[in-house]
Amino acid sequence: MPQPLQQSGPTPQGSPPSEYPPVVVLRERFGDIALDPRDDVARGRYVGTIRVTVPADRLDEVMRFLRDDPRTRFDMLADLTCVDYLGYPGLAPARFGVTYSLLSTTHNRRLWIKVFVSEDRLAVPTMTGLWASADWFEREVFDMFGVVFTGHPDLRRILTAPGMKYFPLRKDYPLTGLGERESLPVIRREDA
Amino acid sequence: MAFDLQPDTDFMAEAVDHAPGEGSRWILNFGPQHPATHTTIHIVLELDGEVVVGCTPHIGYLHSGFEKQGEALNWNQYVVITDRMNYISPIANNMAWHHAVEKLFGIDVPPRCKYIRALVCELARISDHLLSVGTAGLDLGAFTSFTWAFEERETINDLFEIACGQRFHTSYSRVGGLMYDLPDDFWPVFDGLLDRLPRMLGDFETLLTRNRIFIERTKGIGVLSKERAISYALTGPLARASGIARDLRKDEPYFCYDELDFKVPVADGCDCYARYLVRLEEIRQSMSLLKQIKKQMPPGAVNVPTALGLTLPPKKDVYGSIEGLIYHFELVMTNRGFKAPIGESYGANETANGELGFYLVSAGQPTAYRARCRPPSFIHMAAYPEMLIGHVLSDAVAVLGSLNIIAAELDR
Repeated sequence: MPQPLQQSGPTPQGSPPSEYPPVVVLRERFGDIALDPRDDVARGRYVGTIRVTVPADRLDEVMRFLRDDPRTRFDMLADLTCVDYLGYPGLAPARFGVTYSLLSTTHNRRLWIKVFVSEDRLAVPTMTGLWASADWFEREVFDMFGVVFTGHPDLRRILTAPGMKYFPLRKDYPLTGLGERESLPVIRREDA
Repeated sequence: MAFDLQPDTDFMAEAVDHAPGEGSRWILNFGPQHPATHTTIHIVLELDGEVVVGCTPHIGYLHSGFEKQGEALNWNQYVVITDRMNYISPIANNMAWHHAVEKLFGIDVPPRCKYIRALVCELARISDHLLSVGTAGLDLGAFTSFTWAFEERETINDLFEIACGQRFHTSYSRVGGLMYDLPDDFWPVFDGLLDRLPRMLGDFETLLTRNRIFIERTKGIGVLSKERAISYALTGPLARASGIARDLRKDEPYFCYDELDFKVPVADGCDCYARYLVRLEEIRQSMSLLKQIKKQMPPGAVNVPTALGLTLPPKKDVYGSIEGLIYHFELVMTNRGFKAPIGESYGANETANGELGFYLVSAGQPTAYRARCRPPSFIHMAAYPEMLIGHVLSDAVAVLGSLNIIAAELDR
């Protein structure tokens, strides 16, 4: 495989993730949390993205700090997604990794926050109180993965139909579906 | 004799309680099939007389599981799906996808490839903005602006056809390069477009920019302050019209944008009119970029060396040398192909609508493990109710038009 030649973006090149200023600030403030700025999950690697793993019960205070502290000032929740690590090569701490993509428009920096939740406790605190964009992002993750965002004001499905019973982006949901398309009710003209 | 114009409750989407003393509130279903939604979006408006007091968008009508398909199609095949996301400027989506994929692979494409990619991205931006400013007039009843804008959009589609054989579903990029280099007959059409565009834009501006009806329908409409725009994660022309000086081409330079000279237009009107002005100025900046790109276009290959095992060798090598034949078969045989390194990466491009990014998770397979798309339309649509509430019903189309929502990207 060719060597990395160019990595665009504000991520520092060459220096290890633990020296990235927001990570340094986070470690300083939350010394009691075992933040995890490795640059690999198991034997994988993170390319040009620096991520910090935070436990779900501390997420709210960490995010509030990241948004409000002038040294970090992550004022934009640019993206929120989830990855189902079922069967992923290597050891993810739990099945679902909810991934927050933070962006600071003042410092032009990005940081990814990961929260791992397992199937028996699929709950993550909502971020709707901090960023308005979290509203639809969280609805989409709930729709696609079934992760519940506690405290969300309106946690409904957003992309699939209201009667949908499954979570389509989970790895145990087949690509061709589970017969939703075939089992749609047929309304004949005389019954309509 | 006054007529009783009470709405027929049978057709309401849901029952509404009439709060005492608040007059009659009623529900209007806007869409899913309505010309002014441009595509399939269902918006339930709660109206007090003609004033919008509640707005609930229902999306998902065009949901086709693009992200699920990204886990089944390989790194080159998925470019076909990206064509179908923002179908107003599909070629920019191709470039954004492969930009993200190449970041994951850690490869650097040759300079000529970067310039060609930037060139088609700027063409796509002009094409997208022309549609957006054209329909800004159309939605408010000015049909002429739309037809004038569409004329040059046709030329841009012709250019895409010359470059890659398809006007709309271009699928122009590949991992480590492009489908083809630009052919020679691309340039005369390209020069013709650049000759005509300034005149056409000037004519276009005489129709709308100082048109009193247009200004009164757009100025102060759909206001979203800078703080709220950041909170809603708006990007692209919407963010810049709300005073956020941010453009990925400047802030996180990719392709060859750090070698080019251009300005990022920012307005502080925060309304539909400011968005229209920002888009017009971006067309002008893109024209200047196109001239620079053509002037500075370096010669050379458009694909990374075949020896990396990512791109198909030229046909001359396939039929003329044993190495070329081996490289060709290594890629096209069903149990061969190339695999991505294990890891996660995020790559984003500044497309016409905003930041189009892909968060890729790879498990070392020929396909992605997870191909998350950060769709600007989805994020912008979430801010729509806040922009609209308090305005009258006829502003619903003006605000929706200024967001330039593409439902295929909205629902994916």
